[in-house]
Amino acid sequence: MTAEERDAITRTKLNRELAQMLKGGVIMDVTTPEQARIAEEAGACAVMALERIPADIRAAGGVSRMSDPKMIKGIQEAVSIPVMAKVRIGHFVEAQVLQAIDIDYIDESEVLSPADDIYHIDKTAFDVPFVCGAKDLGEALRRISEGATMIRTKGEPGTGDVVQAVSHMRAMNAQIRRIVSMREDELWEEAKQLRVSVELVQYVHDHSKLPVVNFAAGGIATPADAALMMQLGAEGVFVGSGIFASGDPVKRARAIVGATTSFNDPAKIAELSEDLGEAMVGINKDEIELLMAERGK
Amino acid sequence: MTTAVLALQGAFAEHESRLKELGETVIELRDSDDCALAFDRLILPGGESTVQSKLLKERGMDTLLRRKIEEGMPTFGTCAGMILLAQHVDNGQGGDTQSGALATFPACVRRNAYGRQLGSFHTVDTFADMQVPMTFIRAPYLDSVEDSVSVLSRVDGNIVAARWKNQLVTAFHPEVDSDTSVHEYFLRM
Repeated sequence: MTAEERDAITRTKLNRELAQMLKGGVIMDVTTPEQARIAEEAGACAVMALERIPADIRAAGGVSRMSDPKMIKGIQEAVSIPVMAKVRIGHFVEAQVLQAIDIDYIDESEVLSPADDIYHIDKTAFDVPFVCGAKDLGEALRRISEGATMIRTKGEPGTGDVVQAVSHMRAMNAQIRRIVSMREDELWEEAKQLRVSVELVQYVHDHSKLPVVNFAAGGIATPADAALMMQLGAEGVFVGSGIFASGDPVKRARAIVGATTSFNDPAKIAELSEDLGEAMVGINKDEIELLMAERGK
Repeated sequence: MTTAVLALQGAFAEHESRLKELGETVIELRDSDDCALAFDRLILPGGESTVQSKLLKERGMDTLLRRKIEEGMPTFGTCAGMILLAQHVDNGQGGDTQSGALATFPACVRRNAYGRQLGSFHTVDTFADMQVPMTFIRAPYLDSVEDSVSVLSRVDGNIVAARWKNQLVTAFHPEVDSDTSVHEYFLRM
């Protein structure tokens, strides 16, 4: 093994480990340094810097791109927790830009307009870590083989409707259980079906989990939504529009953080769910024209 | 013996795995009620110290755990856990130092001392006369310690592991590597 290959393996391990440190936490979308401070104060374990929350991206339409680096730097200066930002699927130059400004994690995200309708970014070419969305095990493992060091469900962002995140998490976990129950000699065919290497399928077979941390994202709007995703096996949650599009963002953010920690404690979740003001109004998936989850398979 | 792992946020499951490999009984602390359970040792895991501090205080766990540590319970803080234990915390943004949520370890810790994720690194170095793998993730280090503190490890001149009485702190994450020698050291304390 060359020194360069060793460095790449170490970098992948370190990037997976940063995701491990985020476990049990809530990553919040923020659009200004002020919102970032509110999120940190409320207990976010990281923030996602973006110009518009997904609900507003939906409302505005048009092409949605990586945020202004100056705006991201403003957020990096405002908080001490990790700062993530989104790039368009396949837009490796946007990713180079974010690496150049020392971002902590890149989200190659279906929330933005895809820049490439075939190829995802070769994430192994970067030192900075990537999280990617997935709605089933095949998508998750394909993103991991491209170098993603963290996975999240796609859900349906900007809707306040948790149904898609639930179905993605259930789909992934059902497929994992199926692989665990397979005979060793059945794994090659499964790898072919999923279009991934047999080593990744073998890992899932042996460990009953993905080789990276798996968060829930897309449509989480209440403390109970967060706890639901955790009980379904998520290792943490992303909350996008759910906080800053609600009536009382500070209180709601705190409550979602508390419920993510105490996801198995209904009495605590009840206490945290009281008097939170209005949740984001939301739209359900049958009312929207654009299914972001269909982007980037 | 039973070791309690603070399970508010972060890499607590990794500590639990290492401890179970060493035959320890493990419980998780998520709320003030859990602090009343019987346990002999305490581990404060890595994660985000701001989140853990906030939840410790909000749930009234800080006072309960501080008392146990001050009464002599062997306690081990890794990364964020080291920040919770430190009496002084330098956020690296200028301004005054603050105190950690538990503030029982007489030292000043500098948060994010190696910068952002691109500054994270892995090395093998000396910890209390043993060579151990050390993984630093957006890690802190100790800027200064009181004279009574034993320094157990320095990397590039910075203090990354130290012990004071019943408390052990490391800036790195022994829980993410398969080597269990740091945990074994803690269990002998």
